Amino acid sequence: MSVRTRPYLPLLSVLLLVGAALSALLFGRYAISINELCQFIQASSGVGDMPAGRYQLIHSLIIDARLPRVIAGVLVGAGLSVSGAAYQAVFRNPLVSPGLLGVLSGCAFGAALGVIWHLHPLPTALLACATGLLAVAVGMGIAHLFQAPSILLLVLGGIVANALFTSLLSIAQYMADPLDQLPSIVYWLLGSLSAVDQHALLLTGPVLAFAIVLLCLGGRAIDALSLSDDEAHSLGVPVRKIRVGVIILATLVCALTVSLAGMVGWVGLLVPHVARLLVGPGNARLLPVSGCLGGAFLLAADGVARSVSAGEIPLGIITELFGAVAFVLVLHRVRKGWL
Amino acid sequence: MTLLQADQLSYRLGDRLILDNLSFGIYSGDNIALLGANGAGKSTLLRILLGLLKPTTGRVLLAGQPLYGLSRRAVARQLAYVPQSHVPSFPFSVAHIVAQGRLPATGLGRAPAEADEQCARQALTELGIDHLRARPYTELSGGERQLVLIARAMVQRARVIILDEPITGLDYGHQLRLLGLLQRLAEQGLSVLSSSHRPEQALASANRVLVLHQGQLIADGPPRETIDSALMQRLYRVTLRQIDAAGHRFFVP
Repeated sequence: MSVRTRPYLPLLSVLLLVGAALSALLFGRYAISINELCQFIQASSGVGDMPAGRYQLIHSLIIDARLPRVIAGVLVGAGLSVSGAAYQAVFRNPLVSPGLLGVLSGCAFGAALGVIWHLHPLPTALLACATGLLAVAVGMGIAHLFQAPSILLLVLGGIVANALFTSLLSIAQYMADPLDQLPSIVYWLLGSLSAVDQHALLLTGPVLAFAIVLLCLGGRAIDALSLSDDEAHSLGVPVRKIRVGVIILATLVCALTVSLAGMVGWVGLLVPHVARLLVGPGNARLLPVSGCLGGAFLLAADGVARSVSAGEIPLGIITELFGAVAFVLVLHRVRKGWL
Repeated sequence: MTLLQADQLSYRLGDRLILDNLSFGIYSGDNIALLGANGAGKSTLLRILLGLLKPTTGRVLLAGQPLYGLSRRAVARQLAYVPQSHVPSFPFSVAHIVAQGRLPATGLGRAPAEADEQCARQALTELGIDHLRARPYTELSGGERQLVLIARAMVQRARVIILDEPITGLDYGHQLRLLGLLQRLAEQGLSVLSSSHRPEQALASANRVLVLHQGQLIADGPPRETIDSALMQRLYRVTLRQIDAAGHRFFVP
């Protein structure tokens, strides 16, 4: 039940995502035509056939090189956007984002430690998740130092946790070997899909997808927190359980995106605002639409990152550059709602 | 029938006694105005009656059952809350806000059905604000927002409705219509408890007043027998002249 019900918009966002994924598979330094893709799919399912050399080439391009990257891009974009929208709803604040609440810096600190301790990609990813959750726990702990933690205290606790983990990250960078480790930490901080590790993706991908779907299904419960806590309580809604559950789930999602692609900023703030402009604030529609738009946005940004120069520009730079400009435009439209 | 019973309620915050041993019952058909100066403990009492705050000692019984033994949903099916309206962060539609009144009945699990929307629509029509249905709640005036929250409480189908200063901030016409509505709800057998800063409101529309003074319940009875210039002097520390005329009571400085 949005303010202006436009039922075709969710469908449109799905189509946008599919289109973005398809073009990310086909375009690149070596373009593949849609015909060739169809032939390839027929050949690999044993229906049609294709010259062996050609088949090998396309197989290595699509399956080995591009598909993991596209899957990771969709999951990272959707994950950051859905968790951003969920954070905004449960904190009842349109300005919170995974970055602001210390989730991303907490994860990045864990990832930096992983680099310093020469861990493999998978333990590094797990460590990043653990420190991301720790950062949120620190933020919520700070809020709970005071008797009845208000929403504002939770947000402020998150900001303190962000500052704390940003400084821990700086310490880690300061201690890292400047020739060998520091560049890879910095590269991680800039965010990129080029280093997506297939084994890590096989393990974290399904968990990430599951958590994203779970958040989207919780839209109606999240809606119940849209007014004040007292009102939600008096409507029989278990406010604390929902809020804590959503925060843990959204943090897990963010942490997994960081473990896949490093710190990709702005997506979690920008995309939910765009989605809210399109389908209204009802979370049952907002969360899935945010997910689709986020996935498409990240693939587009990654496309730009891959193709602007011969070398690759880190993805995070593109999203922040685009995000900052786009956010000003969104603010212009959204102003009536909450400013 | 006793719908809500306050049983020796006290509430202490640090070394300050906010509420001091209050006992009273709320019955079907009651339209109660809760009077008291700023800081008398009105809001604390409302929060305790709603189960949002635990009393330091004493207990609240809802239809004979201890409030704290009941699940939140069970409480919400009998007890509705109309807070002072505020502007939320996100522009939910009026229909969305009102439909939330069905949550105690349906739970969070399932999507709203046709019957729920019908229910919301009926409440909006009854309050004469059906035309606001598709509008963003954030763009309404304070009075309209208050009416929307009352519509939500009606959709909740509770037997007790507790309102926190419902007429504050409303224009004169909205005030009178709202007071008339509360009277009608009480006549239908609900009980209505609203906190108020306006003794005239209590005299004009309530059928019972509860008076809180420094945490104590100093009066409980029909408005005409309870509110007089002596009470006004004690509560608000203002000297007023009392005029009884044409079946009404007025106060003038």
